[in-house]
Amino acid sequence: MTDERPNEEPQLPSEQGTPGIVPGEQLPEPSETTEDATGRGEGIGEAKEVEGLSQGQVVWRRFIRHKGAIFGVVTLGLVALLAISAMGIGPIPGWWLWQDPMKPLTQVNQGVPTLTLPTWLGGPGFEVGEHPFGQDNIGRDNFAAVMAGIKTSLLVMTVLGLTALVIGVTIGSLAGYYRGKLDTFLMRLTDLAITLPVIVLGAVLGRLIGGAPTKFGLPLEVGQWITANMPLLLGFALGMILWPSLARLVRAEFLSLREREFVDSARVAGASDWRIITKHILPNAIGVIIVNTTLLMSAAVVLETALSFLGFGINPPNVSLGALISMNQSAFQTRPWLFWWPGLFIILIALSINFIGDGLRDAFDPRTKRIPSKREMDKALSRISPANAQEVAS
Amino acid sequence: MSKPQEVGLDGAIRLSRRIGDGDIKRGDTILEVRDLGVKFWVNGEWFDAADEVNYELKAGEVLAIVGESGSGKTQSSMSLIGLLPSNGRAVGSAKLKGTELIGLSGTRLREVRGNEIAVIFQEPMTALNPVYTVGFQIAETLRTHFVMAPAQAKARAIDLMRLVEIPDPEGSFDKFPHQLSGGQRQRIMIAQSLACDPKLLIADEPTTALDVTVQAEILKLMRELRERVDAAIILITHDMGVVADMADRIIVMKDGRVVEHGTSDQIFNDPQHPYTKALLAAVPHLGTTATDFAPALKVSLVREGDTPIPLGPGDAGATAALLMEDVTIEYPKQGRRPAFRAAKNINLRVDPGRVVGLVGESGSGKTTIGRAAVALLPVVEGTLHVAGRDITHATNADLYPFRRDVGIVFQDPGSSLNPRLPVGESIGEPLFLHEKLRGKELSDRVEALLDSVELPRAMRNRYPHELSGGQRQRIGIARALALEPKLLIADEPTSALDVSVQARVLQLFSDLQERYGFACLFISHDLAVVEMLSSQIAVMKDGVLVEVGPTPEIVNNPKHPYTQRLLSAVPVPDPAEQKKRRELRDAIIESQHLVS
Repeated sequence: MTDERPNEEPQLPSEQGTPGIVPGEQLPEPSETTEDATGRGEGIGEAKEVEGLSQGQVVWRRFIRHKGAIFGVVTLGLVALLAISAMGIGPIPGWWLWQDPMKPLTQVNQGVPTLTLPTWLGGPGFEVGEHPFGQDNIGRDNFAAVMAGIKTSLLVMTVLGLTALVIGVTIGSLAGYYRGKLDTFLMRLTDLAITLPVIVLGAVLGRLIGGAPTKFGLPLEVGQWITANMPLLLGFALGMILWPSLARLVRAEFLSLREREFVDSARVAGASDWRIITKHILPNAIGVIIVNTTLLMSAAVVLETALSFLGFGINPPNVSLGALISMNQSAFQTRPWLFWWPGLFIILIALSINFIGDGLRDAFDPRTKRIPSKREMDKALSRISPANAQEVAS
Repeated sequence: MSKPQEVGLDGAIRLSRRIGDGDIKRGDTILEVRDLGVKFWVNGEWFDAADEVNYELKAGEVLAIVGESGSGKTQSSMSLIGLLPSNGRAVGSAKLKGTELIGLSGTRLREVRGNEIAVIFQEPMTALNPVYTVGFQIAETLRTHFVMAPAQAKARAIDLMRLVEIPDPEGSFDKFPHQLSGGQRQRIMIAQSLACDPKLLIADEPTTALDVTVQAEILKLMRELRERVDAAIILITHDMGVVADMADRIIVMKDGRVVEHGTSDQIFNDPQHPYTKALLAAVPHLGTTATDFAPALKVSLVREGDTPIPLGPGDAGATAALLMEDVTIEYPKQGRRPAFRAAKNINLRVDPGRVVGLVGESGSGKTTIGRAAVALLPVVEGTLHVAGRDITHATNADLYPFRRDVGIVFQDPGSSLNPRLPVGESIGEPLFLHEKLRGKELSDRVEALLDSVELPRAMRNRYPHELSGGQRQRIGIARALALEPKLLIADEPTSALDVSVQARVLQLFSDLQERYGFACLFISHDLAVVEMLSSQIAVMKDGVLVEVGPTPEIVNNPKHPYTQRLLSAVPVPDPAEQKKRRELRDAIIESQHLVS
């Protein structure tokens, strides 16, 4: 029976941490050694990992560790860079030879893509050629069209995301914070908006915006402006009907956050409702907001494609990825490359944004912990304690 | 593969292999722990959560492992049954009847869990599955380890529930966890852990989540059970009072190491290590004010039957910091949920510069009173004055100047600070809003406040998640004191803290009270803490005040039966004295026929 006392360690803090004995005026300096934030229990990993970092830095660290998300960021960045640099932005021209995707050109190689695979991939050697993505039946350059389409799709996506963000957050936070009658009213409004069939409404709105100048006899410049900014307006219109999911999530988040004690303590300190909402609750709900906006944006790419394919979204002279597929649907048998490229980029964009959204969700979720692989740990354990490691292995 | 079959409870055949020869006798050594360590893999290196833990345990013995949170007491015990987080590993050796436990996995490990080693967890609400009946959950444990028909398992489960004194065991079998009280849920946990007649019971803070009176009943049950079952018990706790009540031997842990190991008598009466001494000194001791008290014939009861007695006239010269007259407080109705009346007919006065303690069990409405006093909850009847200002029906705009006069320290320091703001900004917020301080002035004041709660000034740029519980609570106090309020509401400010940290925070609190001279309503469930700080104590039960009086009066001469029960239930960190108190306590529990 072990009744002997283990040797006491002299280096342990002795008098410094003796509460209750020390008179009040000379209380020990509450140094970080006595009241250490890093416990040794289950949360230890977390506590050690986030030492000395702000919340934002913690999230950022977790995000950049997420391989899928980084793949998404890089891919999306490269796609956007390629499209914008190729076709130019605003007054700045791009580097691509054919700046107008609608211009008929002479057929090269019967419209077959001139892009060839390098030899190590089994091709005849890497070459871009004049029309890397091929041409359609009247010789329009597919590369220019796809790049212009990407630009349009990204623009629609961004505008849609921002619109839904502003409306959803405003409505969700007001409903969640004030509850009561305002909540009931806003949430019934949201329910109503959810019931609207997005494709149909998008089609109607698209038509309305497109047809407004002729219908109301507006001057020609207005019509031209509308045609030129069609993607912008479409994104805005779609944002106006896609906010409900975000509003509901933000409301739910507000409902739980408003019961937290730090909100009460802000109220006791005399903070106004506006200050409580913007300074105390909103920053804590930012995770939900960012994640869901991202996912909404990836859905938006697909939605825009669907609308344009049906002929309701983006119409010529504007080009979008969906519109390209729609335009060329009769050539599916003869010129399949006219589908491959827009399709490939739709998948790439939607997938990257989804990955980014996933990465953000994991990064903002405090329960996410990085667990090292079992093998890695076993190896490390065998270095310090070979006997136990063998037991584990057997 | 043939499993050795063995006749177990009620003739049922045990599916899981037993370790050793099955039977244990009192006095047999059943657990030998040698150089046990727990390591966590953090950022590419091993971090020791516990190291070189050594002990032996005999059947029928209670070993208490005592230490602060993060001392490795839970992790080192959970490593025995492989319940470490996935980045944790156990090293060393722990032998149960000669069978090595460290490194067990798969079937072998499952045969040990529940069968040979059972665990009573801290929080019975989260440890029981809410979608199954409690009876099912006990029967599940049985049927996992025995060949048993459902009816047989049910009969055995009901026997077990009778053993742990659940009222109406047959009826309770089909109840869901939420239909039982906290104490009853913990009894179910105990019944479940005893189901397979284990050799070793690990009780991880079994009474920490319970009210003190319920805790007393569970401790009584556990004391009775240890006479009736032969299992060895490892009791993990931070509460020296509980240890004094139960333990034969004690291990004191700090920072993952055993600093002292001895019998209960040795540790309490002759502690060797300075940390053990400090730990014992930090425990708030009930009865410290008792020394020169002559029982007065003062009536401290505040109700006659069901009618509350109105407050007597107060000191004419001073305005009461808090004056509640016949106040009733409701949680407003939400949707279809009707309004809930949490406190009824409260008469309470807090004089300027005085500390009044408000004690009661969870759900008794004490927090409600605190929140109403800072106008976070509406008063539906009666009048409420704070520092001479009537705030009974005040609107938001009226409340703005009132906010200067009150401060509140919340219970949970983790939740009461905005996780997205540096703590300096949290402290400075009242100053920013009321005194319109900006820039340099603001930061000077924040630094002064940090000095006054004895935190380094550099801490103002840290975020709450980087601070320990004690540090966060200091920040909470600094924020509440920023405007030098006339009234401070302290809502269980130390109940989430470790006992040694609590002692330091309480010391700081009483120093600050002396320095600033604010009046304070100190809400707590811990009578010993309240006794230390306050000059008056109000006792609350089921939404009404039952007794209000000067501290020595309440502590030494309680009039109301509930106050008597509350006082007797508080465990005292001294085995000899606790033995006396225990007899008194058990007598009161028996006489009042209470099973919760």
